[in-house]
Amino acid sequence: MKLLKICELIEGEILFGDELLDREIYKAYGADLLSDVLAFAQSQTLLLTGLANIQVVRTAEIADLGAIIVVRGKKVENSIIDLAKDCNIPIITSKKTMFECCGLLYQMGLKACGPNDE
Amino acid sequence: MMSSETATHTHIVKTEVLAMHFERAGEGSSKIKKSLQLIGIGPELLRRIAIISYEAEMNLVIHSLGGEISCEFYPDQVKIIAKDHGPGIANVEQAMLEGFSTATDDIREMGFGAGIGLPNIKRCADYLEVESTLGIGTTLVATVYL
Repeated sequence: MKLLKICELIEGEILFGDELLDREIYKAYGADLLSDVLAFAQSQTLLLTGLANIQVVRTAEIADLGAIIVVRGKKVENSIIDLAKDCNIPIITSKKTMFECCGLLYQMGLKACGPNDE
Repeated sequence: MMSSETATHTHIVKTEVLAMHFERAGEGSSKIKKSLQLIGIGPELLRRIAIISYEAEMNLVIHSLGGEISCEFYPDQVKIIAKDHGPGIANVEQAMLEGFSTATDDIREMGFGAGIGLPNIKRCADYLEVESTLGIGTTLVATVYL
């Protein structure tokens, strides 16, 4: 699924990544526990999270994630957006909750990734 | 790519890690990842090494009094070394168990401290050594074969 489609489905606001909406995303992982993300999310995974701190972007950079969605309208500081720019990782916010975002994307065919994949 | 004729290592990068400085946490690992990428390490190995380094760096930020994270590159392997100035781990075997954590709620709210950092490192590394002395410090050496 193109990132553009994902963004439309969750009624997202793009904080960085207008040029990267063509990116293909096949899998998603929803978590507020970044060690879980590091352990189980595969490269190019979409991360949905309720965290809006610098470590979310660092985690995405380290684990080669495809994009970040910050759920339930959390304020994302400029320093976090700047780091996402440096790392070339799209970052999007949605006013919808984690459950809604995950549900909408799952319904439209985005796959999960997790410990059972390996 | 890995045809270095000498068996001696090359220091890729060494970064000081400050205790509880979350804004800068991960910078050292980011540098290590970029350096290894330039050398030509493939994406899967690179990802494993970067995860080891980042978890180890976060451990230094969260649990130690400060230290340094470094990466040594050899013809056949990469070593990630995290060395701190204390306080040391009382029981290393226990710390290696999934779910064991001494992190505070503040740390958990940031997305860390669930007690899966060291097990994550172990999963990504081919060989892991952790040596710790209370009051002195901890040295973690994780090896990934190329």
